[in-house]
Amino acid sequence: MIEIKNISKGFNGRTVIDNVSATLETGKCNLIIGASGSGKTVMMKCLIGLFEPDAGEVLYDGDSITNMNEEGRKQLRQQIGMLFQGSALFDSMTVEQNVMFPLDMFTKLNLKQKHEKVNEVLARVNLTGANDKYPAEISGGMKKRVGIARAIVLNPKFLFCDEPNSGLDPKTSLVIDKLIKEITTEFGMTTVVNTHDMNSVMEIGDNIIFMHQGHKEWEGSNKDIIFSKNEELNKFIFASDFLQDAKDMRMLEAKGKIKTDRDMDEMTK
Amino acid sequence: MNFFTHFGRYLLMIKGMFSKPENMRLYWKELMHQCNEIGIRSVGIVVIISVFLGAVTTVQTAYQLVTPLIPKTVIAVIVRDNIILELAPTLICVVLAGVVGSRIASELGNMRISEQIDALEIMGINTKAYLIMPKILAALIVVPCLVVLAAVLGIWGGKVAGNLSGILPPSIYNDGLLEDFIPYNVFFALSKTYTYAFIISSIPAYYGYHVEGGSLEIGRASTKSVIVSCILILLADYALAALLL
Repeated sequence: MIEIKNISKGFNGRTVIDNVSATLETGKCNLIIGASGSGKTVMMKCLIGLFEPDAGEVLYDGDSITNMNEEGRKQLRQQIGMLFQGSALFDSMTVEQNVMFPLDMFTKLNLKQKHEKVNEVLARVNLTGANDKYPAEISGGMKKRVGIARAIVLNPKFLFCDEPNSGLDPKTSLVIDKLIKEITTEFGMTTVVNTHDMNSVMEIGDNIIFMHQGHKEWEGSNKDIIFSKNEELNKFIFASDFLQDAKDMRMLEAKGKIKTDRDMDEMTK
Repeated sequence: MNFFTHFGRYLLMIKGMFSKPENMRLYWKELMHQCNEIGIRSVGIVVIISVFLGAVTTVQTAYQLVTPLIPKTVIAVIVRDNIILELAPTLICVVLAGVVGSRIASELGNMRISEQIDALEIMGINTKAYLIMPKILAALIVVPCLVVLAAVLGIWGGKVAGNLSGILPPSIYNDGLLEDFIPYNVFFALSKTYTYAFIISSIPAYYGYHVEGGSLEIGRASTKSVIVSCILILLADYALAALLL
């Protein structure tokens, strides 16, 4: 579990995150959503310790990363896996070498054991047989899956995903979302996803934190989002007329006003 | 950013490199990889430049020594001392600042922009120690070897050019090489080389590691690192000559 306690962060006198508190639960997909510039990336960097918050603290299973020394952070980071927006695969290494890198660095497994582990995680992300390919030779969706494989190869307790669907087509996005959701449940991890992809929000959002102008505007699950009356959230989530219509339809359906196809035709006229 | 900010960040980067390696075997592997990248891959250009440097120095020295009162062995003495004291260490390192420096800056810059450095940080790896330290150590190991190679080939190039152009026969050239040889000059040349090796690896590493923005900035950082390295090499050249000669 990750607890965020009153964190604030600013740059050059401008506040980017303003007194945000939240609890990110284990075994759930916790989504941080918000428009560009709302502070979600800074928030994620504060969570993983790449930025120091100006105030407040972040607790990993009760231990504050903010007050940890460098050695403590190193230990903690070995329990963290991260999928980057651009996958951040090492260009000079093959898929297998990329996934094996954390094992080489932090474990004393022999080569055979490492190969077995790598093949196991590659099979888990449906990339069997791609071992010898270089990042330049594989598609964006495959790169993301290699990124996930590398992130989970050490069985981390915490998984962070920064814009996992950026640059992917809707179908591949769904595959990635499904994979993140399955892995979270399977490994019992605390997963934090930074996204503004609405499909992800509705598909995997067990716990959603909506950031607006640096503060936490709303928090709830993907089931609550449809019925939320928060104006800023609605403006963000249902930005297009199409999505607004879909939401209205869903609400009417929930209120029992649409029961048959004929009702639906009447409504959409 | 002013000079002091850059200097402070540079010192912090150097300080940050010193930590216990997470896995000694991988650090060793990276060091060997960098020795290959910096050393072996630069051999071709070093060979070509040093042979021609020696050849040109021989021909031009002979052109300037018009009086028959000066023995021809002096040509070899001048070529030898020029190559050992200045041309092999300084000129070869200026060339390496371009070849190796731009490669280091663009490699690290690309890793920074594509979040590969962040990925290593998140894994709990000291990126300064893992990415920069092996490059500096490799440069300190292989650049002196390249300079010694350049000096030998430069002197040999002078001999070949002198023979082919009929300026002086190889036997006289060999006699000249042994005349008034001062072993301290080799120590001085190597002292300069170690200083330059540190400059041509650490300055590009600094600019590459701290790239911000996009691919355009990688090119800028690469160019800037070569310019700054060359200027620092020339400053160090003068300072060491004033101090050690």
